[in-house]
Amino acid sequence: MQVNGEFKPLIVAFCCNWCSYAGADLAGNNRLNYPAEVKIIRVPCSCRVNPTFILRAFQRGADGVILCGCHPGDCHYTSGNYYTRRRMAMLFSMLDYLGIERERTRVEWVSAAEGAKFAATMNDFVAQVTALGENKRLEDLRCKK
Amino acid sequence: MNNAQLRDEVIRISGVNPSKCMGCGKCSATCPAYDEMEFHPHQFVSMIKNGDLAPLLKSDSLFRCLSCFACVERCPRGVEPAKLIEAVRLQVIREKGANHLKPESVPAMVDEDLPGQLLVTAFRKYAK
Amino acid sequence: MQRIGVFVCWCGSNIAGTVDVKAVAEALSHEPGVVFSTDYQYMCSQAGQDMIKASVAEHHLTGIVVCSCSPRMHEATFRKTATAAGLNPYMVEIANIREQCSWVHKDMPIGTEKAIILGKAAVAKVHLNAPLTPGESPVTKRALVIGGGIAGIQTALDIADAGFKVDIVEKKPTIGGKMAQLDKTFPTLDCAACILTPKMVDVAQHENVRIFSYSEVSEVKGFVGNFDVTIKKHARFVKEDLCTGCGACVDKCPMKKVPNEFNLGMDNRPAIYIPFAQAVPKVATIDPAHCNMLKNGKCGLCARVCTAGAIDYTQQDEYVQEKYGAIVVATGFNPISMDKFDEFAYNQSKDVITSLEFERLTNAAGPTAGKLLRPSDGAHPHTLVFVQCVGSRCTACAEKGKEYCSKICCMYTAKHAMLVRDKYPDVDVYVFYIDVRTPGKNFDEFYRRAVEEYGVKYIKGTVGKVVPENGVLKVQASDLLNNKQLHIDADMVVLAAAIEPDRSARPLATMLTASMDTNDFFTEAHPKLRPVESPTAGVFLSGACQGPKDIPETVSQAGAAASKVIGLLAKDKLMGNPCVASSNEAMCNGCSSCANVCPYGAITYEDKEFRMPDRTVALRRVAKVNPAVCQGCGCCTVACPSGAMDLNGFKNDQILAEVDAICK
Repeated sequence: MQVNGEFKPLIVAFCCNWCSYAGADLAGNNRLNYPAEVKIIRVPCSCRVNPTFILRAFQRGADGVILCGCHPGDCHYTSGNYYTRRRMAMLFSMLDYLGIERERTRVEWVSAAEGAKFAATMNDFVAQVTALGENKRLEDLRCKK
Repeated sequence: MNNAQLRDEVIRISGVNPSKCMGCGKCSATCPAYDEMEFHPHQFVSMIKNGDLAPLLKSDSLFRCLSCFACVERCPRGVEPAKLIEAVRLQVIREKGANHLKPESVPAMVDEDLPGQLLVTAFRKYAK
Repeated sequence: MQRIGVFVCWCGSNIAGTVDVKAVAEALSHEPGVVFSTDYQYMCSQAGQDMIKASVAEHHLTGIVVCSCSPRMHEATFRKTATAAGLNPYMVEIANIREQCSWVHKDMPIGTEKAIILGKAAVAKVHLNAPLTPGESPVTKRALVIGGGIAGIQTALDIADAGFKVDIVEKKPTIGGKMAQLDKTFPTLDCAACILTPKMVDVAQHENVRIFSYSEVSEVKGFVGNFDVTIKKHARFVKEDLCTGCGACVDKCPMKKVPNEFNLGMDNRPAIYIPFAQAVPKVATIDPAHCNMLKNGKCGLCARVCTAGAIDYTQQDEYVQEKYGAIVVATGFNPISMDKFDEFAYNQSKDVITSLEFERLTNAAGPTAGKLLRPSDGAHPHTLVFVQCVGSRCTACAEKGKEYCSKICCMYTAKHAMLVRDKYPDVDVYVFYIDVRTPGKNFDEFYRRAVEEYGVKYIKGTVGKVVPENGVLKVQASDLLNNKQLHIDADMVVLAAAIEPDRSARPLATMLTASMDTNDFFTEAHPKLRPVESPTAGVFLSGACQGPKDIPETVSQAGAAASKVIGLLAKDKLMGNPCVASSNEAMCNGCSSCANVCPYGAITYEDKEFRMPDRTVALRRVAKVNPAVCQGCGCCTVACPSGAMDLNGFKNDQILAEVDAICK
């Protein structure tokens, strides 16, 4: 999205309810700033995120998608994030094959105590995607009004 | 090479991670050549870990090690001290250049009572 | 079409300071389906909640979106409000415009724009919300405790004292477990039997407790509150109700050369036996592998001497079916095998023993009646060497040792060394240690006493090899602090063998669908906050089956597990979490992908009849989710290749609607 001639990426962040969403709340509690380009969707566990959700986000014009979950071994549902890790490895390699820059996607483990990490991660990710510019390859122009 | 480079080189050649050592001393407890050595197997591991290699390079202990691999067999953490010692020895031998034991000179040295393993370890030590 | 009301909260200036709440309410009022939109200072206040209730009635709302603080804060509040207003509580969605918007952005236009997008996403989701009702299931008010060691006994006693029925299943002929084999206990040195056997009697006499000894769990079905368990009672060839435990049969049995497992094979027992004097139940058991009568029908002496007529050579294994509301696993531990540790000559010399064998050797009821005698020749030893960490903290070879610290060895070795020096001051005692780990109340003081008052020689280093030679054990070891190699002629060597979970734990975990770690210890639902619960609902953990533990820790964990069980059994009905997975039978092809990833074993399969388009009836295997067991992680929904599996409250189309709303 271009705002006043400046590129503002659209970032979708999927956060698991137990760790990362709480980490994002903590970032808020501590008033740690991160760009408003990040929009968070709450899911019960990172393993709830179907790769198609990420493809859909790209299709609808997202410039970057980040998926946050509990640290390995800390999953509220014991093993969910291990499935996430494998599924995303598959998806990202497929995206790579399609020519989507590897930097547009990321999996990050953020615990409920890591508000600072959440904010830092978002700052970094937004900067990274901003540098890449608009996602044109996967965007479905038919979805644009 | 400075000490840090030397350490990295020894770790690379040996494929051993000395940080895995928990300092139990089983290598030195097992070592049959312990009393012959100035530096003992557990000291080797810790000195390499700390990059303190200069005294090792000069030490005779390198060649007192029998290369029997008892320490490798017994180490509970998979540190493999004998491989580290061998890698340090290799550094010394490489600096000296040339092989010190050639296959063709072996038949003359063979003795009925000589254990076969001695030849193997001799090649390990002197011919790289 | 839903009729949605949007309520934007100012949260004083917390939200209103960075977000133009009026603009948000205005923007969201144009969203499809939104029939009412407003803002208010404190939506969570009584006045705010009353406003929501009034609006529901006035505008006939079917869904509510509250733009406010985090759902982790007030989702429950607004769900209650919705219920009070006559709506289903799950028709409420929260747009988090405080923690994730106003508090992290400084610029009003930017904050407002983001708040509107978050609100739109919530509205899009509510459109697809469906009323959800938590399932209810009854609770069988009886608990099963698997394992009758100190962990199982304590858990059973605590549950029974609270007034609930408990069954203990113990695979050995008596309860008591490892603690019954111990001599003294650290750090107080009180005798294990003196504190354990009264508890064994208590539990046996408790009106709420039944003990199934010499029995195993053979099948577990069902779920939290409603487990169906089959218990296999092994034939002991003695009628438990008739046997008085007089021991006449034990004395008369001619087959006296069976290695006594209670004394770890250091002496012998007859083919009919009572494991030890204080056994509970005190009932004889015939070992069918060694009884002549059972093997070839020649003997029958025990039946002749039994005045109670309790011997029954025709007894068969028996299966008992029972229903339970909760299951506690207390399967305990065993020392690992020393077969792979050739360097210590364990299999070559009788004088090299494990610490548990040493316990029996110093126990007054043990094979030597408590005298410290060398096992090989019965002579008084003069030099003892204790070796710590045998197989613990070993990462080199998985078949040989364990990577974890066995936790109890440092303390029991200090105890053994101290006991020896106390009784026999002439004996030299060496302890070879890598580290001495003594976290625990009065633990370090205890270890220091062994060194300072009892003169135990602690040496930092370890034993490299033990060679039996001319009746002595040649010990070669390192002394790291003095940088020396030691050669000690020892009379006995005691190995602090690592401990591992009992072998029965793995098949049990499969039956219970409870998860285990790579070392076969049961995993807890949360390592810090739910340490006595298994991730599988209704399954609780007690004692060393969850990780190495000493007695005080085991007892406290046993009590904690009991309190969790009591909390469960005290309920008449279990209210489930309605946000659980559900499968669309028409789309399911029965591939098992979902069941394979489910961490709770909540998914089963059933064959169902389906009417096909050509009017025939086909039998198809389809997945069925048990809502009482499912915890709602949603892993199965992604694994499902046909898209049959979905998660209530976080349905695929709901999340996609949020994605679309954000990316619009």
